Amino acid sequence: MTEARPIRVLVAKPGLDGHDRGARVVASALRDAGMEVIYGGLWLSPEEIVTIAEQEDVDVIGLSSMNNAHMTVFPRTLELLRERGLGDVLLTGGGIMTAEDMEALGRMGVGRLFGPGSDMDAFVEYIRRWCETRARGTEGRGTCPTA
Amino acid sequence: MQRLLAGEARAAGRVISLIEDRRPERFAVLGALAGRVGRAERLGVTGPPGAGKSTLINAMTRALRAAGRTVGVVAVDPTSPYTGGALLGDRVRMGESGLDAGVFIRSMATRGALGGLARAAEEACDVLDAYGRDVVVIETVGVGQSEVDVARAADCTLVVLSPESGDQVQAMKAGLMEAADVFVVNKADREGADRMVAQVEEMLHLRARRGAWEPPVLRSVALKGEGVEAILEAVARHRRSEEERGGLAARRRGRLLARLRAAVEEIHREAIWADPGSALALEGAADRVASGGADLYGAAAGLFRSWLRRAAGLGGPPRGE
Repeated sequence: MTEARPIRVLVAKPGLDGHDRGARVVASALRDAGMEVIYGGLWLSPEEIVTIAEQEDVDVIGLSSMNNAHMTVFPRTLELLRERGLGDVLLTGGGIMTAEDMEALGRMGVGRLFGPGSDMDAFVEYIRRWCETRARGTEGRGTCPTA
Repeated sequence: MQRLLAGEARAAGRVISLIEDRRPERFAVLGALAGRVGRAERLGVTGPPGAGKSTLINAMTRALRAAGRTVGVVAVDPTSPYTGGALLGDRVRMGESGLDAGVFIRSMATRGALGGLARAAEEACDVLDAYGRDVVVIETVGVGQSEVDVARAADCTLVVLSPESGDQVQAMKAGLMEAADVFVVNKADREGADRMVAQVEEMLHLRARRGAWEPPVLRSVALKGEGVEAILEAVARHRRSEEERGGLAARRRGRLLARLRAAVEEIHREAIWADPGSALALEGAADRVASGGADLYGAAAGLFRSWLRRAAGLGGPPRGE
Protein backbone atom coordinates (compact mmCIF):
# COMPACT_ATOMS: atom_id res chain seq x y z
CA MET A 1 0.00 0.00 0.00
CA THR A 2 1.33 3.39 -0.85
CA GLU A 3 1.14 5.50 2.26
CA ALA A 4 1.03 9.27 2.23
CA ARG A 5 4.54 10.57 1.97
CA PRO A 6 5.47 12.93 4.80
CA ILE A 7 6.64 16.34 3.66
CA ARG A 8 10.44 16.43 3.68
CA VAL A 9 12.06 19.71 4.67
CA LEU A 10 15.69 20.74 4.80
CA VAL A 11 16.35 23.28 7.56
CA ALA A 12 19.74 24.93 7.35
CA LYS A 13 21.73 28.02 8.10
CA PRO A 14 23.80 29.47 5.30
CA GLY A 15 27.06 31.29 5.64
CA LEU A 16 28.91 32.71 8.60
CA ASP A 17 26.03 32.81 11.01
CA GLY A 18 26.03 30.95 14.28
CA HIS A 19 22.61 31.92 15.54
CA ASP A 20 20.97 28.55 15.25
CA ARG A 21 18.39 28.67 18.03
CA GLY A 22 15.69 29.81 15.65
CA ALA A 23 16.50 27.11 13.12
CA ARG A 24 16.38 24.45 15.83
CA VAL A 25 13.04 25.65 17.13
CA VAL A 26 11.63 25.68 13.62
CA ALA A 27 13.02 22.20 12.94
CA SER A 28 11.33 20.83 16.08
CA ALA A 29 8.05 22.52 15.22
CA LEU A 30 8.02 21.05 11.72
CA ARG A 31 8.77 17.61 13.12
CA ASP A 32 5.95 17.96 15.61
CA ALA A 33 3.72 18.89 12.69
CA GLY A 34 4.44 15.46 11.19
CA MET A 35 7.15 16.40 8.72
CA GLU A 36 10.51 14.76 8.15
CA VAL A 37 13.09 17.40 8.87
CA ILE A 38 16.65 17.06 7.67
CA TYR A 39 18.65 19.35 9.89
CA GLY A 40 21.57 20.53 7.81
CA GLY A 41 23.33 22.55 10.48
CA LEU A 42 25.43 25.66 10.28
CA TRP A 43 27.78 27.41 7.91
CA LEU A 44 26.53 25.93 4.68
CA SER A 45 27.17 27.40 1.26
CA PRO A 46 24.35 27.57 -1.32
CA GLU A 47 26.19 24.80 -3.19
CA GLU A 48 26.15 22.57 -0.13
CA ILE A 49 22.50 23.34 0.54
CA VAL A 50 21.48 22.34 -2.97
CA THR A 51 23.62 19.20 -2.81
CA ILE A 52 21.85 18.13 0.38
CA ALA A 53 18.45 18.91 -1.16
CA GLU A 54 19.35 16.74 -4.11
CA GLN A 55 20.48 13.74 -2.05
CA GLU A 56 17.62 14.00 0.43
CA ASP A 57 14.99 14.72 -2.25
CA VAL A 58 13.25 17.33 -0.12
CA ASP A 59 10.06 19.18 -0.99
CA VAL A 60 11.00 22.33 0.87
CA ILE A 61 14.16 24.17 1.91
CA GLY A 62 13.89 26.50 4.90
CA LEU A 63 16.85 28.81 5.40
CA SER A 64 17.42 30.88 8.49
CA SER A 65 19.42 34.01 7.87
CA MET A 66 20.41 36.36 10.69
CA ASN A 67 23.54 37.93 9.27
CA ASN A 68 22.13 40.13 6.52
CA ALA A 69 23.44 37.87 3.75
CA HIS A 70 19.97 36.96 2.56
CA MET A 71 20.09 39.06 -0.61
CA THR A 72 23.07 36.95 -1.73
CA VAL A 73 22.23 33.56 -0.29
CA PHE A 74 18.59 33.20 -1.34
CA PRO A 75 19.06 34.24 -5.02
CA ARG A 76 22.17 32.07 -5.37
CA THR A 77 20.42 29.04 -3.87
CA LEU A 78 17.43 29.60 -6.14
CA GLU A 79 19.67 29.86 -9.17
CA LEU A 80 21.46 26.60 -8.32
CA LEU A 81 18.18 24.82 -7.67
CA ARG A 82 16.95 25.75 -11.13
CA GLU A 83 20.26 24.89 -12.77
CA ARG A 84 20.26 21.45 -11.24
CA GLY A 85 16.69 20.50 -12.00
CA LEU A 86 15.28 21.21 -8.54
CA GLY A 87 13.13 24.14 -9.61
CA ASP A 88 10.08 22.41 -8.10
CA VAL A 89 11.49 22.69 -4.57
CA LEU A 90 10.07 25.46 -2.39
CA LEU A 91 12.72 27.83 -1.04
CA THR A 92 11.41 29.60 2.04
CA GLY A 93 12.69 30.60 5.47
CA GLY A 94 13.12 33.61 7.63
CA GLY A 95 15.34 35.74 9.79
CA ILE A 96 16.24 39.36 10.07
CA MET A 97 15.27 41.10 6.83
CA THR A 98 13.24 44.07 5.70
CA ALA A 99 9.82 43.81 4.10
CA GLU A 100 11.28 45.32 0.93
CA ASP A 101 13.91 42.60 0.74
CA MET A 102 11.28 39.93 1.31
CA GLU A 103 9.25 41.35 -1.55
CA ALA A 104 12.25 41.56 -3.84
CA LEU A 105 13.14 37.94 -3.11
CA GLY A 106 9.52 36.96 -3.66
CA ARG A 107 9.62 38.49 -7.14
CA MET A 108 12.67 36.35 -7.92
CA GLY A 109 10.74 33.20 -7.01
CA VAL A 110 11.57 32.71 -3.34
CA GLY A 111 8.56 31.64 -1.26
CA ARG A 112 7.11 33.50 1.69
CA LEU A 113 9.67 34.64 4.27
CA PHE A 114 9.02 35.00 7.96
CA GLY A 115 10.50 37.73 10.12
CA PRO A 116 10.94 37.95 13.88
CA GLY A 117 7.78 37.38 15.87
CA SER A 118 6.18 35.27 13.16
CA ASP A 119 3.63 32.69 14.14
CA MET A 120 5.06 29.18 13.93
CA ASP A 121 1.68 27.74 13.00
CA ALA A 122 1.53 30.13 10.06
CA PHE A 123 4.85 28.79 8.79
CA VAL A 124 3.73 25.17 9.19
CA GLU A 125 0.43 25.94 7.47
CA TYR A 126 2.17 27.76 4.62
CA ILE A 127 4.39 24.74 3.89
CA ARG A 128 1.43 22.36 4.08
CA ARG A 129 -0.68 24.43 1.73
CA TRP A 130 2.15 24.83 -0.72
CA CYS A 131 2.75 21.08 -0.84
CA GLU A 132 -0.95 20.35 -1.25
CA THR A 133 -1.24 22.80 -4.12
CA ARG A 134 1.76 21.35 -5.84
CA ALA A 135 0.53 17.78 -5.38
CA ARG A 136 -2.70 18.76 -7.16
CA GLY A 137 -0.85 20.57 -9.91
CA THR A 138 1.59 17.81 -10.78
CA GLU A 139 1.62 14.06 -11.00
CA GLY A 140 2.76 13.98 -7.41
CA ARG A 141 6.34 13.86 -6.43
CA GLY A 142 8.59 10.99 -5.66
CA THR A 143 7.91 9.61 -9.08
CA CYS A 144 11.12 8.87 -10.85
CA PRO A 145 11.60 11.41 -13.61
CA THR A 146 13.29 8.95 -15.92
CA ALA A 147 11.89 5.55 -15.01
CA MET B 1 17.30 5.06 -14.75
CA GLN B 2 19.96 6.08 -17.23
CA ARG B 3 20.51 9.24 -15.24
CA LEU B 4 20.96 7.28 -12.06
CA LEU B 5 23.49 4.96 -13.65
CA ALA B 6 25.24 7.96 -15.19
CA GLY B 7 25.81 9.18 -11.66
CA GLU B 8 23.24 11.95 -11.40
CA ALA B 9 22.66 12.68 -7.73
CA ARG B 10 19.19 14.08 -8.39
CA ALA B 11 18.10 10.81 -10.00
CA ALA B 12 19.51 8.76 -7.11
CA GLY B 13 17.70 10.98 -4.61
CA ARG B 14 14.41 10.52 -6.45
CA VAL B 15 14.71 6.78 -6.87
CA ILE B 16 15.37 6.35 -3.14
CA SER B 17 12.21 8.37 -2.46
CA LEU B 18 9.99 6.12 -4.47
CA ILE B 19 11.44 3.12 -2.67
CA GLU B 20 11.03 4.80 0.69
CA ASP B 21 7.44 5.74 -0.14
CA ARG B 22 6.80 2.13 -1.25
CA ARG B 23 5.38 3.36 -4.53
CA PRO B 24 4.38 0.74 -7.09
CA GLU B 25 6.92 2.15 -9.58
CA ARG B 26 9.70 0.80 -7.41
CA PHE B 27 9.22 -2.72 -8.75
CA ALA B 28 10.24 -1.65 -12.25
CA VAL B 29 13.09 0.51 -10.99
CA LEU B 30 14.54 -2.18 -8.73
CA GLY B 31 14.16 -4.67 -11.54
CA ALA B 32 16.15 -2.44 -13.87
CA LEU B 33 18.88 -2.02 -11.26
CA ALA B 34 19.17 -5.71 -10.48
CA GLY B 35 22.15 -6.41 -12.73
CA ARG B 36 24.10 -3.54 -11.25
CA VAL B 37 23.75 -4.47 -7.60
CA GLY B 38 26.22 -6.48 -5.57
CA ARG B 39 29.50 -4.74 -6.20
CA ALA B 40 29.57 -2.42 -3.20
CA GLU B 41 30.97 -3.44 0.13
CA ARG B 42 28.26 -2.97 2.75
CA LEU B 43 28.98 -1.84 6.27
CA GLY B 44 26.38 -1.71 9.02
CA VAL B 45 26.96 0.69 11.89
CA THR B 46 24.78 0.48 14.95
CA GLY B 47 24.93 1.21 18.66
CA PRO B 48 23.24 3.20 21.39
CA PRO B 49 22.36 6.88 20.92
CA GLY B 50 25.23 9.23 21.59
CA ALA B 51 27.98 6.66 21.03
CA GLY B 52 29.32 8.71 18.13
CA LYS B 53 28.18 6.64 15.15
CA SER B 54 27.75 9.58 12.78
CA THR B 55 31.06 11.13 13.76
CA LEU B 56 32.78 7.80 13.27
CA ILE B 57 31.17 7.38 9.84
CA ASN B 58 32.38 10.86 8.98
CA ALA B 59 35.94 9.90 9.96
CA MET B 60 35.74 6.58 8.10
CA THR B 61 34.39 8.37 5.03
CA ARG B 62 37.36 10.72 5.11
CA ALA B 63 39.77 7.77 5.22
CA LEU B 64 37.94 5.88 2.46
CA ARG B 65 37.90 8.96 0.24
CA ALA B 66 41.63 9.45 0.84
CA ALA B 67 42.06 5.88 -0.41
CA GLY B 68 40.12 6.80 -3.54
CA ARG B 69 36.89 4.94 -2.73
CA THR B 70 33.43 6.45 -3.14
CA VAL B 71 30.99 6.26 -0.26
CA GLY B 72 27.22 6.10 0.17
CA VAL B 73 25.53 6.44 3.55
CA VAL B 74 21.96 5.62 4.56
CA ALA B 75 21.33 7.09 8.01
CA VAL B 76 18.16 5.85 9.72
CA ASP B 77 16.50 7.72 12.59
CA PRO B 78 13.19 7.11 14.34
CA THR B 79 9.86 8.58 13.35
CA SER B 80 7.73 9.88 16.20
CA PRO B 81 4.86 7.43 16.69
CA TYR B 82 2.67 10.32 17.82
CA THR B 83 3.09 12.88 15.06
CA GLY B 84 4.65 10.88 12.22
CA GLY B 85 7.36 13.51 12.05
CA ALA B 86 11.09 12.98 12.36
CA LEU B 87 14.13 15.11 13.01
CA LEU B 88 17.00 13.71 10.98
CA GLY B 89 20.22 15.30 12.17
CA ASP B 90 22.90 12.74 11.40
CA ARG B 91 24.32 14.59 8.48
CA VAL B 92 25.29 17.53 10.63
CA ARG B 93 28.08 15.33 11.95
CA MET B 94 28.86 13.92 8.52
CA GLY B 95 28.88 17.24 6.77
CA GLU B 96 32.60 17.40 6.32
CA SER B 97 32.37 15.95 2.82
CA GLY B 98 30.18 18.91 1.78
CA LEU B 99 30.58 19.20 -1.94
CA ASP B 100 32.49 15.99 -2.58
CA ALA B 101 30.57 14.19 -5.32
CA GLY B 102 32.15 10.96 -4.08
CA VAL B 103 29.97 11.02 -0.96
CA PHE B 104 26.19 10.55 -1.03
CA ILE B 105 24.30 10.74 2.25
CA ARG B 106 20.61 9.97 2.61
CA SER B 107 18.63 10.34 5.83
CA MET B 108 15.74 7.96 6.31
CA ALA B 109 12.99 7.96 8.93
CA THR B 110 11.65 4.68 10.29
CA ARG B 111 8.05 5.69 9.44
CA GLY B 112 6.30 3.33 11.79
CA ALA B 113 6.60 -0.07 10.23
CA LEU B 114 9.99 -1.48 11.06
CA GLY B 115 9.60 -4.50 8.83
CA GLY B 116 9.03 -2.10 5.97
CA LEU B 117 12.01 -0.08 7.04
CA ALA B 118 14.32 -3.04 6.71
CA ARG B 119 13.27 -3.48 3.10
CA ALA B 120 13.35 0.20 2.23
CA ALA B 121 16.77 0.68 3.81
CA GLU B 122 18.22 -2.35 2.11
CA GLU B 123 16.80 -1.25 -1.23
CA ALA B 124 18.19 2.25 -0.72
CA CYS B 125 21.57 0.57 -0.29
CA ASP B 126 20.92 -1.29 -3.55
CA VAL B 127 20.35 2.04 -5.26
CA LEU B 128 23.61 3.48 -3.95
CA ASP B 129 25.34 0.24 -4.95
CA ALA B 130 24.02 0.53 -8.51
CA TYR B 131 24.86 4.23 -8.44
CA GLY B 132 28.47 3.06 -8.24
CA ARG B 133 29.43 3.59 -4.62
CA ASP B 134 32.37 1.40 -3.58
CA VAL B 135 31.31 1.33 0.05
CA VAL B 136 27.74 1.68 1.32
CA VAL B 137 27.27 2.36 5.02
CA ILE B 138 23.95 1.93 6.79
CA GLU B 139 23.59 3.56 10.18
CA THR B 140 20.83 2.76 12.67
CA VAL B 141 20.29 3.43 16.34
CA GLY B 142 20.68 0.05 18.00
CA VAL B 143 17.74 0.32 20.31
CA GLY B 144 15.32 -2.20 18.90
CA GLN B 145 15.86 -5.63 17.46
CA SER B 146 14.54 -4.62 14.06
CA GLU B 147 16.93 -1.71 13.83
CA VAL B 148 19.81 -3.96 14.74
CA ASP B 149 18.63 -6.32 12.01
CA VAL B 150 18.81 -3.49 9.50
CA ALA B 151 22.45 -2.86 10.32
CA ARG B 152 23.05 -6.58 10.18
CA ALA B 153 21.99 -6.70 6.57
CA ALA B 154 25.57 -5.87 5.70
CA ASP B 155 28.79 -7.69 4.90
CA CYS B 156 30.27 -6.45 8.15
CA THR B 157 28.51 -4.95 11.17
CA LEU B 158 30.18 -2.48 13.50
CA VAL B 159 28.71 -1.98 16.95
CA VAL B 160 29.80 1.37 18.31
CA LEU B 161 29.79 1.99 22.06
CA SER B 162 31.13 4.72 24.26
CA PRO B 163 32.46 4.61 27.84
CA GLU B 164 28.99 5.77 28.89
CA SER B 165 27.22 2.89 27.16
CA GLY B 166 27.52 0.47 30.09
CA ASP B 167 23.91 0.45 31.23
CA GLN B 168 22.56 0.61 27.73
CA VAL B 169 24.62 -2.41 26.80
CA GLN B 170 23.24 -4.32 29.76
CA ALA B 171 19.74 -3.47 28.67
CA MET B 172 20.04 -4.49 25.07
CA LYS B 173 22.94 -6.84 24.86
CA ALA B 174 21.08 -9.78 23.43
CA GLY B 175 20.47 -8.56 19.90
CA LEU B 176 22.98 -5.78 19.70
CA MET B 177 26.01 -7.60 20.98
CA GLU B 178 25.48 -10.68 18.86
CA ALA B 179 25.19 -8.59 15.73
CA ALA B 180 28.74 -7.33 15.94
CA ASP B 181 31.59 -8.36 13.68
CA VAL B 182 33.69 -5.52 15.02
CA PHE B 183 33.24 -3.65 18.29
CA VAL B 184 34.35 -0.06 18.59
CA VAL B 185 34.60 1.75 21.90
CA ASN B 186 34.49 5.33 20.75
CA LYS B 187 35.38 8.40 22.83
CA ALA B 188 38.21 6.24 24.13
CA ASP B 189 39.98 9.26 25.57
CA ARG B 190 37.29 9.47 28.23
CA GLU B 191 37.27 7.86 31.58
CA GLY B 192 35.73 4.43 31.66
CA ALA B 193 36.94 3.34 28.22
CA ASP B 194 39.13 0.55 29.66
CA ARG B 195 36.24 -0.74 31.70
CA MET B 196 33.97 -0.74 28.67
CA VAL B 197 36.53 -2.61 26.56
CA ALA B 198 37.02 -5.15 29.36
CA GLN B 199 33.28 -5.61 29.74
CA VAL B 200 32.80 -6.36 26.06
CA GLU B 201 35.80 -8.67 25.93
CA GLU B 202 34.57 -10.61 28.92
CA MET B 203 31.21 -11.04 27.31
CA LEU B 204 32.88 -12.26 24.11
CA HIS B 205 34.95 -14.84 25.98
CA LEU B 206 31.81 -16.27 27.46
CA ARG B 207 30.56 -17.23 24.05
CA ALA B 208 33.81 -17.72 22.14
CA ARG B 209 33.60 -20.42 19.50
CA ARG B 210 36.73 -21.90 18.02
CA GLY B 211 37.30 -21.48 14.32
CA ALA B 212 34.76 -18.73 13.89
CA TRP B 213 35.56 -15.07 13.47
CA GLU B 214 36.21 -13.46 16.82
CA PRO B 215 35.06 -9.85 16.89
CA PRO B 216 37.90 -7.52 17.85
CA VAL B 217 37.24 -4.76 20.36
CA LEU B 218 38.84 -1.57 19.08
CA ARG B 219 39.15 1.95 20.44
CA SER B 220 38.62 5.19 18.62
CA VAL B 221 38.34 8.91 19.12
CA ALA B 222 36.27 9.65 16.04
CA LEU B 223 36.29 13.40 16.52
CA LYS B 224 40.07 13.38 16.16
CA GLY B 225 40.12 10.62 13.58
CA GLU B 226 42.04 8.32 15.94
CA GLY B 227 41.68 4.58 15.53
CA VAL B 228 39.87 4.80 12.22
CA GLU B 229 42.60 3.09 10.19
CA ALA B 230 42.57 0.15 12.59
CA ILE B 231 38.79 -0.14 12.23
CA LEU B 232 38.98 -0.21 8.44
CA GLU B 233 41.77 -2.80 8.67
CA ALA B 234 39.59 -4.95 10.91
CA VAL B 235 36.75 -4.66 8.40
CA ALA B 236 39.09 -5.81 5.62
CA ARG B 237 40.38 -8.65 7.80
CA HIS B 238 36.84 -9.72 8.54
CA ARG B 239 36.08 -9.73 4.85
CA ARG B 240 39.07 -11.94 4.04
CA SER B 241 38.19 -14.30 6.85
CA GLU B 242 34.60 -14.54 5.66
CA GLU B 243 35.72 -15.18 2.10
CA GLU B 244 38.06 -17.94 3.22
CA ARG B 245 35.38 -19.67 5.22
CA GLY B 246 32.68 -19.08 2.64
CA GLY B 247 30.94 -16.93 5.20
CA LEU B 248 30.33 -14.01 2.90
CA ALA B 249 28.55 -16.14 0.32
CA ALA B 250 26.48 -17.79 3.05
CA ARG B 251 25.63 -14.42 4.51
CA ARG B 252 24.53 -13.00 1.18
CA ARG B 253 22.55 -16.15 0.45
CA GLY B 254 20.78 -15.89 3.80
CA ARG B 255 19.99 -12.27 3.13
CA LEU B 256 18.68 -13.09 -0.31
CA LEU B 257 16.37 -15.76 1.08
CA ALA B 258 15.06 -13.38 3.73
CA ARG B 259 14.49 -10.64 1.19
CA LEU B 260 12.72 -12.96 -1.21
CA ARG B 261 10.42 -14.19 1.53
CA ALA B 262 9.65 -10.62 2.55
CA ALA B 263 9.05 -9.59 -1.06
CA VAL B 264 6.57 -12.45 -1.58
CA GLU B 265 4.69 -11.31 1.51
CA GLU B 266 4.80 -7.68 0.48
CA ILE B 267 3.47 -8.38 -3.02
CA HIS B 268 0.64 -10.45 -1.60
CA ARG B 269 -0.26 -7.94 1.05
CA GLU B 270 -0.36 -5.10 -1.45
CA ALA B 271 -2.32 -7.11 -3.97
CA ILE B 272 -4.89 -8.18 -1.39
CA TRP B 273 -5.62 -4.67 -0.20
CA ALA B 274 -5.40 -3.13 -3.66
CA ASP B 275 -8.44 -5.27 -4.57
CA PRO B 276 -11.57 -3.27 -3.69
CA GLY B 277 -13.37 -6.54 -2.99
CA SER B 278 -11.04 -7.17 -0.05
CA ALA B 279 -11.86 -3.91 1.68
CA LEU B 280 -15.56 -4.69 1.31
CA ALA B 281 -15.12 -8.26 2.59
CA LEU B 282 -13.11 -6.92 5.53
CA GLU B 283 -16.09 -4.91 6.79
CA GLY B 284 -18.37 -7.93 6.47
CA ALA B 285 -15.89 -10.18 8.25
CA ALA B 286 -15.51 -7.67 11.06
CA ASP B 287 -19.29 -7.69 11.54
CA ARG B 288 -19.33 -11.49 11.71
CA VAL B 289 -16.49 -11.62 14.23
CA ALA B 290 -18.03 -8.87 16.35
CA SER B 291 -21.39 -10.61 16.49
CA GLY B 292 -19.79 -13.93 17.37
CA GLY B 293 -20.65 -15.48 14.01
CA ALA B 294 -17.03 -16.23 13.19
CA ASP B 295 -13.68 -16.31 14.92
CA LEU B 296 -10.88 -13.98 13.88
CA TYR B 297 -8.59 -16.46 12.14
CA GLY B 298 -11.49 -18.26 10.50
CA ALA B 299 -12.75 -14.98 9.09
CA ALA B 300 -9.24 -14.02 7.97
CA ALA B 301 -8.72 -17.34 6.20
CA GLY B 302 -12.10 -16.88 4.51
CA LEU B 303 -11.05 -13.44 3.33
CA PHE B 304 -7.82 -14.78 1.93
CA ARG B 305 -9.59 -17.61 0.07
CA SER B 306 -12.12 -15.25 -1.44
CA TRP B 307 -9.31 -13.00 -2.64
CA LEU B 308 -7.52 -16.00 -4.16
CA ARG B 309 -10.65 -16.85 -6.12
CA ARG B 310 -11.03 -13.31 -7.40
CA ALA B 311 -7.33 -13.12 -8.27
CA ALA B 312 -7.49 -16.43 -10.14
CA GLY B 313 -10.44 -15.06 -12.10
CA LEU B 314 -8.27 -12.14 -13.13
CA GLY B 315 -5.37 -14.37 -14.10
CA GLY B 316 -3.37 -14.27 -10.90
CA PRO B 317 -2.00 -11.63 -8.54
CA PRO B 318 -1.52 -8.63 -10.79
CA ARG B 319 1.27 -6.68 -9.11
CA GLY B 320 4.95 -6.98 -8.74
CA GLU B 321 6.03 -7.72 -12.27
